[in-house]
Amino acid sequence: MLHNVDLQISSNAFIGVLGSNGAGKTTLFQAILGLIKPESGQISVFNRPVKRGNLNIGYLPQARSLPNHIRLEVREFLKSSWDGEKWGFLSTSRSVELPIFAALKLVDAQDMMHRPMSELSGGERQRILIAQCLMRQPELLILDEPLISLDPSKAQDIIHLVRDIQKSLGITVLLSAHELNPLLGSLDKVLYMGKGSAVLGRVEDVINNSTLSKLYDTKIEVIHVNGRIFVMAGANPVEFNAHNHEHEQNRHWHGHE
Amino acid sequence: MSKIVTGTAMNELNFIETALLGSSLIAIVAAAIGYFMVLRGQSFAGHALSHVGFAGATGAILVGLPPFWGLLGFSTLAGVAMGFLSEKLAGRDIAIGMILSFSLGLGLLFLHFYTAYASQVTTLLFGNVFGIDQAYLPTLAALSALSLLLLGFIARPLLFASLQPELAEARGVPLRLVSVLFLGLSGLAIALCTQVVGMLLVFTLLIGPAAAAQNLTRRVTTGLWLSAAIGLAASWGGIWLAILSDWPSSFCITALSAAFYALSLLRR
Repeated sequence: MLHNVDLQISSNAFIGVLGSNGAGKTTLFQAILGLIKPESGQISVFNRPVKRGNLNIGYLPQARSLPNHIRLEVREFLKSSWDGEKWGFLSTSRSVELPIFAALKLVDAQDMMHRPMSELSGGERQRILIAQCLMRQPELLILDEPLISLDPSKAQDIIHLVRDIQKSLGITVLLSAHELNPLLGSLDKVLYMGKGSAVLGRVEDVINNSTLSKLYDTKIEVIHVNGRIFVMAGANPVEFNAHNHEHEQNRHWHGHE
Repeated sequence: MSKIVTGTAMNELNFIETALLGSSLIAIVAAAIGYFMVLRGQSFAGHALSHVGFAGATGAILVGLPPFWGLLGFSTLAGVAMGFLSEKLAGRDIAIGMILSFSLGLGLLFLHFYTAYASQVTTLLFGNVFGIDQAYLPTLAALSALSLLLLGFIARPLLFASLQPELAEARGVPLRLVSVLFLGLSGLAIALCTQVVGMLLVFTLLIGPAAAAQNLTRRVTTGLWLSAAIGLAASWGGIWLAILSDWPSSFCITALSAAFYALSLLRR
């Protein structure tokens, strides 16, 4: 799916990963996480080869399945992921409560600690899932489509939250999205993916006619209207509506608001 | 029941003691495994496993083996196979339903060739807690301890994978292995439950207490303890009611389990 991708991502940056459906955003993330191996070339994270289960990476997957019949409270939900990869009895130690509380504080959700996950709104769940990514104090945060199904104001809240956290902790954030406009003004850089390739740089250096036309190998027109940017291929926008993707199965969960 | 209470006082006590002890072991194992089964949304798969076990039990009768070992072997192996196919079977209620009905039909075919054990078939289908053989208790205790130990060993990744499979996979949890071990364990627990309430009523001990516990508490460890407590209460209460009323023990246990679940809905 991806070929000839040669990138160096600097630390302490907020990077938006953009591109249409099937551009390879999730594939890139899976490669960084060590879930898939590149056929050729290599990927290193903080100058080390990728490995599955790297606790230095906080990850928010795109398919966040959580059946509604699960009524566990937020604390229990977060506790299950703390050392869930280790074999053994369920941990009854209270020592995990400290990092859970610290992570919830970062996303301003301390008061949600004892609420059932099933009763949270879409925006609240996103906050909890972002807190989960932060529990292990990672240096890299990978957020795969965290804005999906959120209304514009909730999406803006999440973007500002992630931006604040990125700045205060000095970490690197890779956030994928279908649309560029909600992210404008917050991003340090944009990683634009199309036709199996990718371009990384400042928004104005990447989102322009010549760079994107070269990337897509067709004529692309970038239109600026009232501070918003539209990437057009002929008469159609390149970005897809976030709601157009298919639900894989009934368990697939969205936080529709 | 009337046959049981006409024995000597000592025998009567032994019958009841054996029933209490046997059902306690089974209720605890079923409650713990059932808790994760409900969490993972695999209740129907559990029901199907019991039907596969029925074919195993009747097949064992046909070839002259104790039915329990046929039941145990078939339901555990079917659980392991289901674990391997878990991704393909996810949400495939029709496929699981077909396996369920075919297994029941296969059991019927085995019985067609060997009809001498009609009473055993009724016990297999509906259970009889007073039918637990005292000599069988050590085996039951060993299998229960093994099940709980194995469940304890996989508990952490099992919970993580049940709640967030995508993240668990990224963090290094072997999803398929966890699924195979858990459904294999479920097969074993179902074989044990069949001793008390029969294959048609395994939900009583496996799902009822666990589902009620999940309605009553939002915490995992508390939920597991509560599930075991409800399972024990349903079993002991059911035995007591059966002795008092002379009604079938399986009905009494089932009625209590359903009552606990109904009451838990009020708290939900």
